[in-house]
Amino acid sequence: MTQRAGVVEPPLLEPDDTAGAATSSGGRRLPRGRSATSLTPTSGLGLGVALLWFSLLVLIPLTAVLVQASEGGWSAYWDALRSPQTLAALRLTVGQAILVTAVNVFMGTAIAWVLVRDHFPGKQVLEVVIDIPLALPTIVAGLVLLSLYGPSSPLGVNWANTSVAVFLAFLFVTLPFIVRTVQPVLLEIEPEVEEAAASLGATQFTIFRRVILPSLTPAIASGAALSFCRAISEYGSLVLLSGNLPYSTEVASVRILSYIEGDKLTEAAAVASILLIVALVVIVTLDVISRRVARYG
Amino acid sequence: MGDTAVSRTTTQWTLRVLVVGYLTLLVIWPVALVARETFAHGLAPVLDALRQPEVIFAFELTLSAAFWAVVINTIFGVGISLLLVRYTFPGRRTLNALVDLPLAVSPVVVGLALVLVYSGRTGWLGGSLEQVGLKVIYAPPGIILATAFVSMPLVIREVVPVLQEIGTEQEQAASSLGASGLQTFVRITLPAIRWALLYGVVLSLARSLGEFGAVKIVSGGVAMRTQTATLLVEERYQQFGAVNSIIAYTAAFILALIAVLALVVVTSFRPDKGTPR
Repeated sequence: MTQRAGVVEPPLLEPDDTAGAATSSGGRRLPRGRSATSLTPTSGLGLGVALLWFSLLVLIPLTAVLVQASEGGWSAYWDALRSPQTLAALRLTVGQAILVTAVNVFMGTAIAWVLVRDHFPGKQVLEVVIDIPLALPTIVAGLVLLSLYGPSSPLGVNWANTSVAVFLAFLFVTLPFIVRTVQPVLLEIEPEVEEAAASLGATQFTIFRRVILPSLTPAIASGAALSFCRAISEYGSLVLLSGNLPYSTEVASVRILSYIEGDKLTEAAAVASILLIVALVVIVTLDVISRRVARYG
Repeated sequence: MGDTAVSRTTTQWTLRVLVVGYLTLLVIWPVALVARETFAHGLAPVLDALRQPEVIFAFELTLSAAFWAVVINTIFGVGISLLLVRYTFPGRRTLNALVDLPLAVSPVVVGLALVLVYSGRTGWLGGSLEQVGLKVIYAPPGIILATAFVSMPLVIREVVPVLQEIGTEQEQAASSLGASGLQTFVRITLPAIRWALLYGVVLSLARSLGEFGAVKIVSGGVAMRTQTATLLVEERYQQFGAVNSIIAYTAAFILALIAVLALVVVTSFRPDKGTPR
């Protein structure tokens, strides 16, 4: 929901580096021993309490999903995933998520470009508009899209309960991710480099492709990973919009929900484990990308 | 340079029109339509809707769950940020990556995960908790847990970079002058991170008020008992009749208003405005 939700975080520095980074601009780096950053009894206790809470709230419940998914062994796990209705839901979810991510790679970069390089009255409003999809409660997002693309649409279209609705909902909720990862990188690119390329006779397209795009690639990749992850896990905005029709507009998270409602927790956990694994892969990918960027600038 | 300048202007205009058009169709117009629909019959039906006991109850429940979730996330968030930035311990990097997990996991998976552990009937811990009189699933504690789960990383993500930036010199100076750990935190660290903390709290609050999927699974959504504002929107929209419809739109409008206000507060008061990290 945050403006920064889609932003690649700089990797966590070592506490010693932190002091170095803070003082490198002005003063000398303080010589300090390792003891300054190792745990004291108080901070050790704090870490214990924090880890206990984090485990109770996040780690144990998420582990429970994986344990529940393996309850019936591999064959039950695969059977749950291979049931035609689940397979259709997974196929729709992944397919639309890929499609939406592709649109976002293009539109997100274009929006970031306009926000950074273009100047026109009302641009500040667009800054807020970009973040609205993450800030709105997802159920409200569904209602919002329904008003323009549903049965009483002023455009005369009715895409409610079709796969276009799934596409639109994904597109809406993933709007900020690539914009917010690309924007800060674009801000830091020196205009001199582009001017130099232009003075050497490069066309605008060549400048974009050879000079700008390479430095944007890690940011676009992180944004795309976040956008894909968010799309496949989306639920709230589809409830009112897509009708959740089996084999046609039912997505993975709706499938999980109907398994839960039918008290089939093992099947629910099997589908959930897929979403969980994708989330883990995305988190690790982002960590790797941010470390690479930090290392190679 | 004449031709280049002309083609640059053309590209600029094409992109500008494309982007503004795209955002209008995807966000601006639909949001405006919901606002118009809410007030289509004037203010009176909206005010009537706000006086319905179910609506009042849903918003009260939502506010109290969000309040507790934000309190928990603030204490936990500041604590874990300090630990991550100021100390070294085994597993620190893993913990740093894992605290982002709640933002990446589907709300439905969050709900399922909590049910598997805290359900009184089948959960790992739920049975024992129910024996000591604490019902979690289908009750307010479950709503608080689900809300705290989904908004957990927001405070941490705001506070960690600021802690890294301010460094430890002042804190060391304070403690070398004899300040206790608590004094150093209250006098030095807290003032330095106060804006980041405030943004984190505002973002958590907005996220907490709007949570839907995870809360739907853990709460059961029974009107006047466990139905939060977002669940009320869903239920009333799916029922027939003008009264239900206006209630759904009114609740949705208020939720949207809070979300947009939180957004405006954060974007306009952030000191590094225009250069999101």
